[in-house]
Amino acid sequence: MMDQKTIIQTTQLTMVYGMGEISVAALDGVSIQIQTGEFVAIMGPSGSGKSTLMNILGCLSKPTSGSYILDGEDVSELSKVELAAIRNQKLGYVFQSYNLLARTSALSNVMLPLLYDRQKQPDRETREIQAKAVLEAVGLEDRMLHQPHELSGGQQQRVAIARALVNDPVLILADEPTGNLDSKSGEEIMDLLHVLHDQGRTIVMVTHDPEIARHTERAIHLQDGRVETVIENGRTGRIIRTGGGDHEAA
Amino acid sequence: MKPLEFLRVAWESISRNKLRSLLTMLGIIIGVASVIIMIAISSGTEATIEEQITGLGSNLVFVTANFTRAGFGFGGPQGGRSSGLVFDDAFAIAEEISGVKAVVVEQPSSENVKFENITLSGVSILGTTSDFPSVRDMEIDQGRYFNQIEIDRKQKVAVLGSSLAAELFGESNSIGQTVTVDTTKLVVIGVLQEKGLVGDVDFDSRLYTPITVVFQKFTPSQFARFRGDRVRVIYVEIEELDRINDTILQIELLLAKRHDVSLEEADFNLTTQQAIIATQEATTAAFRSLLAWVAGVSLIVGGIGIMNIMLVSVTERTREIGVRQSVGATPADIRWQFLTEALLLSLAGGVIGVIAGAGGSWLFGEIGGMRTVIVPTSILLAFASAVIVGVFFGFYPANKASQLDPIEALRYE
Ligand SMILES: Nc1ncnc2c1ncn2[C@@H]1O[C@H](COP(=O)(O)OP(=O)(O)O)[C@@H](O)[C@H]1O
Ligand SMILES: [Mg+2]
Repeated sequence: MMDQKTIIQTTQLTMVYGMGEISVAALDGVSIQIQTGEFVAIMGPSGSGKSTLMNILGCLSKPTSGSYILDGEDVSELSKVELAAIRNQKLGYVFQSYNLLARTSALSNVMLPLLYDRQKQPDRETREIQAKAVLEAVGLEDRMLHQPHELSGGQQQRVAIARALVNDPVLILADEPTGNLDSKSGEEIMDLLHVLHDQGRTIVMVTHDPEIARHTERAIHLQDGRVETVIENGRTGRIIRTGGGDHEAA
Repeated sequence: MKPLEFLRVAWESISRNKLRSLLTMLGIIIGVASVIIMIAISSGTEATIEEQITGLGSNLVFVTANFTRAGFGFGGPQGGRSSGLVFDDAFAIAEEISGVKAVVVEQPSSENVKFENITLSGVSILGTTSDFPSVRDMEIDQGRYFNQIEIDRKQKVAVLGSSLAAELFGESNSIGQTVTVDTTKLVVIGVLQEKGLVGDVDFDSRLYTPITVVFQKFTPSQFARFRGDRVRVIYVEIEELDRINDTILQIELLLAKRHDVSLEEADFNLTTQQAIIATQEATTAAFRSLLAWVAGVSLIVGGIGIMNIMLVSVTERTREIGVRQSVGATPADIRWQFLTEALLLSLAGGVIGVIAGAGGSWLFGEIGGMRTVIVPTSILLAFASAVIVGVFFGFYPANKASQLDPIEALRYE
């Protein structure tokens, strides 16, 4: 069932917030599988559990129950320290609100993940070279020493994408990356993500916008913490309905 | 993350928030500075006391009148039986007690002193005996001190303190000149060397004359009018310190016999130099431990200040913490980051505090007129405790930061 190209496999993920009567099941048995190189959209109404799912996929929180295999490794039982290492080595996260360090240059922001790299422990010079390379790749070579408040929203989000790329992750997670942007900057960010996808990156992105979702290969619709439907667009943008409930893509 | 990286990250964070950093350091700065200043003041006081003790001369016994027991010459409760300490007591001690090297009696007064057209008012006059220079460690600069014969004959002679001589005569020779004290003319026979202040007594601005002259001409005090030869203090210099207790007992017995009292109801007190030293040492020790408490408290207050502002800073920087966690910082990374910041801040606060403390001690000395001695070990002590306090009180906020949940931290507004 799980071949070499599977990057994400979750089985019956649940996430319950709170306890007793006031508890909320933000996720209620989510099983999904995503292949290496895929561009997948996660959709659904507000409160349907999209961010909760993304946080688990991003190893920022642990599910209440269920298992999550990332890149061949079961990460649902790992400790805080081990999860931090996974985030550092394998993941890149792009937030709706950019989450850049204030009063810190774009370059320093992008260098940040390398600072916590325990495996390679790159020295400052190496970190700088790598960070400059990704900043160039996202088209910010002339903004490297600018601080976030000196950059437009679109530029800030590109810095955030550069930060997500600097550790050469196996998976990029983006939670409504265009949510805070005007439509033109939003399009630019989407173009950038498509370029990354074309380069072979695996991307999972939360979005509200059906138009944006249409340009991904697959859209997983959540409703009340469950997978409702999965829409297969294919690389051509063709829409295929495949029914609801628990879903595993072939 | 390597230690050097932590230092760099901490330094960047500190320099990004200069005002906050300064506020955090303030408590430590004040704590360290006050430790140094207080130790400097207390060391200065000790040094003063030490000098005072040396200045008093060694092997001294003070005989003082006990006024609660002595009569006042006109029939107090126990009046009549005793006349207190009198001039003749001093001679009796000198003659009858073995092991006594010298005996000095002092009788102070205050008069106007005039030479030609210079008049100095309220000059301190001290009537003494011939042993005074040796007992109080005074050296003769010019001329000589008066002798026993001059005392017995109530010779109108004067010996001048160095600054008094300078005021009256300037550079010119004073020996053989006549000064007018009140209305009495005294011939200057000697000038003393400079001694400086001993405690708050200025030995150099006084005029010394035979005690008999003071009794006859100047004594202004009330009871002295009734008994002109009554004295306040008799200084007795002992030959051998080893036999001091024996000598004291002999003096006590002699005085009791002369005053016709028992030792239990004696109208005099004998105090040794050592007893005075012991009292002063006890006082400084108490002073020092009080200062140590104050300094300790101010350092702890400084530490609480660090903790307070760091807690605020952790809250303010919740999002930053979340971002760092999201890119792979472990709880230990976060804890070390904040601990390193606390360490750097307290080190910097310590350095500034040492400078402020040294400057403050100097100011207290120059402007406050206090004597201060900066003790190098106090700098080390203050600095070390600042760092310990900083890290100790920095630990709780740092730990709190490290325990934040990444999701909650990232969502924090
Ligand atoms: N930390 C939390 N504590 C309690 N409830 C939460 C928490 N985070 C999310 N929820 C709840 O879980 C549900 C799903 O939230 P979320 O994943 O943020 O939805 P979405 O991103 O799709 O809008 C919502 O009902 C929300 O109120
Ligand atoms: Mg959301």
